[in-house]
Amino acid sequence: MSGLIKSSLARKVVMALSGLFLVIFLVLHVSINLASVISPDFFNEASHFMGYNPIVQYAMQPILIIGVIVHFVMGFVLEAQNRAARGISYVKYQGSANAPWVSRNMIYSGLVILAFLGLHFYDFWVHEMAYKYIEVNPEDPTRYYAETVEKFAPFWRTIIYVISFGLLGLHLWHGFQSSFQSMGVNNKFTPAIKTFTKVFAVVVPLAFAFIALYHHLNPITH
Amino acid sequence: MKIYLKIWRQKNAEAKGSMVEYTLEGVESDMSFLEMLDVLNEELISKGEEPVEFDHDCREGICGTCSLMINGRPHGPDSRITVCQLHMRSFNDGDSIVIEPWRAKAFPVIKDLIVDRTAFDRIQQAGGYISVNTSGRPVDANAIPIEKDAADASFNAATCIGCGACVAACKNASAMLFTSAKVSQFALLPQGQVEAADRVLNMVRQMDLEGFGNCTNTGACEIECPKGISLENIARMNREYLAASVKG
Ligand code: HEM
Ligand code: SF4
Ligand code: FES
Repeated sequence: MSGLIKSSLARKVVMALSGLFLVIFLVLHVSINLASVISPDFFNEASHFMGYNPIVQYAMQPILIIGVIVHFVMGFVLEAQNRAARGISYVKYQGSANAPWVSRNMIYSGLVILAFLGLHFYDFWVHEMAYKYIEVNPEDPTRYYAETVEKFAPFWRTIIYVISFGLLGLHLWHGFQSSFQSMGVNNKFTPAIKTFTKVFAVVVPLAFAFIALYHHLNPITH
Repeated sequence: MKIYLKIWRQKNAEAKGSMVEYTLEGVESDMSFLEMLDVLNEELISKGEEPVEFDHDCREGICGTCSLMINGRPHGPDSRITVCQLHMRSFNDGDSIVIEPWRAKAFPVIKDLIVDRTAFDRIQQAGGYISVNTSGRPVDANAIPIEKDAADASFNAATCIGCGACVAACKNASAMLFTSAKVSQFALLPQGQVEAADRVLNMVRQMDLEGFGNCTNTGACEIECPKGISLENIARMNREYLAASVKG
């Protein structure tokens, strides 16, 4: 087992498992967000539940944060090792001749997502923490919908979100199916996994982008 | 044809190399790429210059020695061939051709276009074998029945010629395709089961020690491999490795 920690294969499995974990989280996230378009009341209820349920707050949220950190820190470690493994770079290297762009630029799509996560945390998480623990406001299960819609009033934020979702799509386009290969799954289900990846990598980011644009275009008028 | 060449020249392992330009006239389209380099070297020798050193041996696609990065692709623009099987008809009159050695920290340049690929030997030595007791009465090779699919997959993996194009192509200089082919050729056969767990653990450990990069499943290796070794082998190696680690 000890060799496992240091091995390149094990690092890839950590990458794959943390990535897949984040994919599952995305499904949950996009579902709740969709509620904000369909039913503001349900969105309020769901958000309040997520914000005050102790299991969500003290178990799921820390696990999620650790998952994100493990994923991107491991991503940086692998990237640094991979760059070092080349040594001297080629004068001419035709990467596009044998591998798709998305697969060669995971670190860049990942970096954009990371930058986005910074903004996203600032927008929602920091605000929540301040509301709950610093300003010590009372629970208000009806505030979430209006707060969310207001966030998307500025055009710049909406556009940054939409662009980031595009990069998320590119990251998933390679990453989702790649994680199965990393875990040793390459069999008769692989074509189906690849097809599902393409659908997922388009539909989920599109849904996120749609929600952001929807709130931008439909502000609450008092 | 007239060809403009840009070739990596490096005196020895310690020297700092650089790209040197040559213009070569009278290249025939039915020359092989290596013959074209032979012609260049004849010219250089007649002028009293050092010929360009490059690796080659069988010149028929089976030894894996010829190892050139040609215009940014291992073994040049065509697929499923080695450099010795590449012909000048794949190029046009007036083309510029950039020729570099394989680039990987684990494959240091020895001279010009020749790199040291003994890292592959060490990976192989770490576990790419089976132990067979020999005696005066050998058991018939067909005494152990082997499923056709397994035999075919094992044989396909065994066609790897250890050329290193997978490492050269990979943006991470990963040796996963090579190592996985060498693991798979035994993992699929009953004869390979005795040492199976140690084999995959030791070969992967050696691969990491040599300083190859980590696979990110870009698939470049599979596309550039002259023998069409499949990514399925890498998945198999990952499975074998995980199973062996959990057990061990
Ligand atoms: C925080 C910013 C992120 C960074 C810096 C990052 C970076 C990376 C890198 C460098 C890889 C390895 C490339 C490869 O294996 O091909 C990777 C793989 C992956 N990422 Fe991310 N990522 C980030 C966020 C995400 C998010 C939010 C998700 C999903 C919702 C995700 C899902 C995946 C998946 C599924 C893989 C494939 C794992 C594998 O191939 O074994 N990543 N990521
Ligand atoms: S896997 Fe293919 S590219 Fe890699 S060493 Fe073997 S034959 Fe060459
Ligand atoms: S010289 Fe033997 S494969 Fe090219």
